[in-house]
Amino acid sequence: MLKRTTHLSARYDVDNGHTLDVYLKDGGYEQAKRALSMERAAIVDEMKAANLRGRGGAGFPMGVKWSFMPEVQPGKPHYLVVNADEGEPGTFKDRTLMEKDPHSTIEGCIIACRAMGAHTAYIYVRDELHLSKDRLWAAIHEAKAKGFLGAKPFGVDYPVEVYVHTGAGAYICGEETALLNSLEGRRGEPRLKPPFPAQSGAFGMPTTVNNLESIAAVPAVMKLGGEAFSKLSTLHEARDGGCRLFGVSGHVNTPGIYECAVGLTLRELIYDLGGGVKGGQLLAVIPGGSSTPLLRPEEIVDAPDEKSPLHKWHGQSVLDVPMGVDTMRALGTMLGTCCAIVLSDKACPVRAMHNLMRFYRHESCGQCTPCREGTGWIERILDRIVAGEAEMEELDRLHEIAGNIMGNTICAFGEGTAMPALGFLRKFRPDFEQFVKTGGTSSTGKLAL
Amino acid sequence: MAFVPTPDHEDKLKQILNRYPNKMAACIPVLHLAQQQNGWVSDDVTAWVAETLDLSTAHVFGVATFYSLFNTEPVGQHQVWVCRTLSCALAGSDNILAHCEERLGVQAGHTSADGRVTLRTAECLASCGSGPMMQVDRDYHENLTREKVDVILDRLTGG
Repeated sequence: MLKRTTHLSARYDVDNGHTLDVYLKDGGYEQAKRALSMERAAIVDEMKAANLRGRGGAGFPMGVKWSFMPEVQPGKPHYLVVNADEGEPGTFKDRTLMEKDPHSTIEGCIIACRAMGAHTAYIYVRDELHLSKDRLWAAIHEAKAKGFLGAKPFGVDYPVEVYVHTGAGAYICGEETALLNSLEGRRGEPRLKPPFPAQSGAFGMPTTVNNLESIAAVPAVMKLGGEAFSKLSTLHEARDGGCRLFGVSGHVNTPGIYECAVGLTLRELIYDLGGGVKGGQLLAVIPGGSSTPLLRPEEIVDAPDEKSPLHKWHGQSVLDVPMGVDTMRALGTMLGTCCAIVLSDKACPVRAMHNLMRFYRHESCGQCTPCREGTGWIERILDRIVAGEAEMEELDRLHEIAGNIMGNTICAFGEGTAMPALGFLRKFRPDFEQFVKTGGTSSTGKLAL
Repeated sequence: MAFVPTPDHEDKLKQILNRYPNKMAACIPVLHLAQQQNGWVSDDVTAWVAETLDLSTAHVFGVATFYSLFNTEPVGQHQVWVCRTLSCALAGSDNILAHCEERLGVQAGHTSADGRVTLRTAECLASCGSGPMMQVDRDYHENLTREKVDVILDRLTGG
């Protein structure tokens, strides 16, 4: 159901919406002040009631994640790390929060630090986002000058410092343990889990890594109350609560970031918010960043079992299913970052896959052999396919390589490559075969309109 | 020639070190700082970062070569990155890149003959709703057309 909200984006179109003055006029920092006088557990309970599923892609319940943080031991400081290494192809939502409303993130950091016994927060921003970093630093300095951060925020004896840390161009650092290595000054190679960050994270200390949008939503949760926040969503009953930023790009008339209650459908995102498909009919949609397998508009929900999270939409188009963490997973894809890429029927699916697989080959950290070699093999076979030089049996080889990456790597990058690859191969098999048979002459050969 | 930071960078170095519980964590920010001054991460820069942060040169070299934004060779006065990942490709980034290559007379990955501009491709720069786009030094330029690219490149090349 399409329900626009303004809990995260109220200041997006306001003059100087990124400044402290404007933020304070909207009641800014009142929740941080209140949280500093609350018990840790009470804040965590509020977050649990909010049913806020992590906005970075995995969709883990945020309150539950916070509850994993142990009691504070002497000599073992806790850390909050905010993941703003936004780089998942198709995803451009965190950037809007940092550029247009950085104070909600800083306030979220104060509340989160209190809830997990941390005194230091690092916001890890990819280096390319210079305006985002400038705005966050400016917000930190403004907040500090007012006494909202530092040794005694709001006069309370609970020190909180927030720092911006800069990456240097590596998609893999969006993976939380790679990010921690990068924060520590190392190569951004993911770590084996366990230990999980809550046991041993940044600098070997208990750490929680949250996506920036998740943190920016914390003041809204505290203001509305957890349950009321959750009930904004039509998937509240399924424990997928609140509102979030939806993005849409590619072949649509009005690409952009739109804040809505959770429960929006892909049809509403593409046609109502995105203004409809540009230049043709809908060929496919990648629902939440390039690592989420695509959906085709002809697909019908097949969920006769009453226990299925999709049963309510049995027999309907996949485009009419509310976009939730569990509903999208049940459709064989993922909600991911909730930023969709739309392909019209003028686009060539073979070239779309080629484009994305080049991305994954470029960004594999090289640590695990199946991923390092597999992404290269996939790209090289696709190079041959688009050059019109491939044999039909190489399509099966692509399946085999992707299948051998899955489950054989340290981090989820492997799945994030293999799942969308298999999605393209399965759902566009005739297109791939035709492309190979005709050396590409059957295809538009294009991505742009 | 040994790398010597400017007094301003010496101050910034102290600020950076204050943010972390150990020196190693400053490795990436300090590499950025040195690259800002030197243009690229030369052996002298690597040696200075290693000495300043009590790290081995092997560690610093390993970090510098892992991340794509550290230049392992000298670059032009300006750097241009054209995003070519799927959303931008659907919006026509191939044309923008081809136009940049033609205007600058170099293939992506190279520096124009006058040393003014290094042209590169980038993977997703989180500007998917406003493609095609490119980053020029610190700034994003979005919803590009050939005409807009001409204005930007004219400014960079002084032509």
